Amino acid sequence: MKERPRQIFRVEAPIRTLAQRFVYLGLVAAAFALMLLGKADVLLVDRMRAHVTDAVAPILDFASRPVASAKEIVGEVHAIVALKSENDRLREDRARLLQWQAVARRLESENQALKGLLNFKPGPEASFLSARVIADAGGAFAHSIVLNIGERDGVENGQAVVTGEGLVGRVAIVGARSVRVLLITDLNSRIPVLVESTRTRAILAGNNTDQPRLIHLPPNARMPRGDRIVTSGHAGVFPPGIPIGVIAGVGDGGITVQPFAKRDALEYVRIVDYKLDGILRQPKKTHRERGTGR
Amino acid sequence: MKATFWQRLDLWARHLTPFGLTLTFVILSVVPMHVPGFARVAPLLALMAVYHWSVFYPRLLPVYAVFVIGILQDCLAGTALGVNALVLLVAFGIVLSQRRYLIGKSFFIVWLGFAIVAALAMAAGWALISVFSVTFVDGQALVFQYLVTLGLYPVICWFFLRWQQAFLSTE
Repeated sequence: MKERPRQIFRVEAPIRTLAQRFVYLGLVAAAFALMLLGKADVLLVDRMRAHVTDAVAPILDFASRPVASAKEIVGEVHAIVALKSENDRLREDRARLLQWQAVARRLESENQALKGLLNFKPGPEASFLSARVIADAGGAFAHSIVLNIGERDGVENGQAVVTGEGLVGRVAIVGARSVRVLLITDLNSRIPVLVESTRTRAILAGNNTDQPRLIHLPPNARMPRGDRIVTSGHAGVFPPGIPIGVIAGVGDGGITVQPFAKRDALEYVRIVDYKLDGILRQPKKTHRERGTGR
Repeated sequence: MKATFWQRLDLWARHLTPFGLTLTFVILSVVPMHVPGFARVAPLLALMAVYHWSVFYPRLLPVYAVFVIGILQDCLAGTALGVNALVLLVAFGIVLSQRRYLIGKSFFIVWLGFAIVAALAMAAGWALISVFSVTFVDGQALVFQYLVTLGLYPVICWFFLRWQQAFLSTE
């Protein structure tokens, strides 16, 4: 490859390479320093991340639309092809669900009556916000998604993110117009859960694979494969009973859980505010509260 | 006078395209693809771009640009800040020190070079994440990610070479 002689390159070559090497090593050191800073001051790094994500959010919002439309078209074609079998399946489902509906009605009235007897106080009503997924960052290093709503829509740190199927994750970083959601499969995700049938408590720990594991189980706990896992409500971040997934494998590698929410199908999600206070408030908030409290 | 100004502006814009393309790749890499299982094995587009430009036009992708690209990737992908920056800097450093073995060689040598550089850079990333989170991160997804990245490189390389012919060969 021919390099054209240029005036800027009159500077002595060895000095240039030396300077370049210094810049290179300096930047490597800077990257290490940033990693350490991320450990030491999580809030600062999160805020910086939120600003960058905010800045790119409009582009991501725009870029994610054609892919979503393409997916819709493919979905339509699939639906037309599978119309007959889908119809048969739905007929069967309907017959089965009608029976369940009868059961649910009976249980509901029974429940109402019993609540009346016990003078039961219901918890606060949950409120919903819907959002579109504009980025899905995966791979082996981290599992998170970015949503196209933010602080100005009333999202707060720690709120649950769900789909119709079950829990997706929790709000981890809130920017002005973007929200980062830590998926339940991420390495840093820890959620207190229950095995629905046996009421065994455990912690669902993400490990950057598609199937998070159950840890901190009581000794000799029975873990039947296929049992549903739901949130336990301990620690006060999520309310009890949000479905998460089913036990997929019991083996030497631990107990793995197959989540209900399909990550590749995430297009719209709901952010649910259960008015719970489990997540530590950020310092900014306490400052404001102190200001208004006087 | 006017012509030279526009020519310079034109040249400047052309020279900015490797950086611009790499930034676009970083953003593309986080767009949800809605393909089952894809998110786990998504190719490392930024790594391909950094490798390619540092082999063919290192002058147009200076080291601080690589750093900025890495930080942007970290911010968007939600990885620990600095990890992707280091991965890309490692790739960049290896390529620059070994560039004379790659330049002017056949495509397969360049591809082989990418295989080695990507393996080393991703191993570095894996080690960093594992140390950072004080646990052994599952390496299976990383291996698939590596294979997908490797398999996609000829396509990206073809695209970049066409781009070079169209926009950068007039120098």
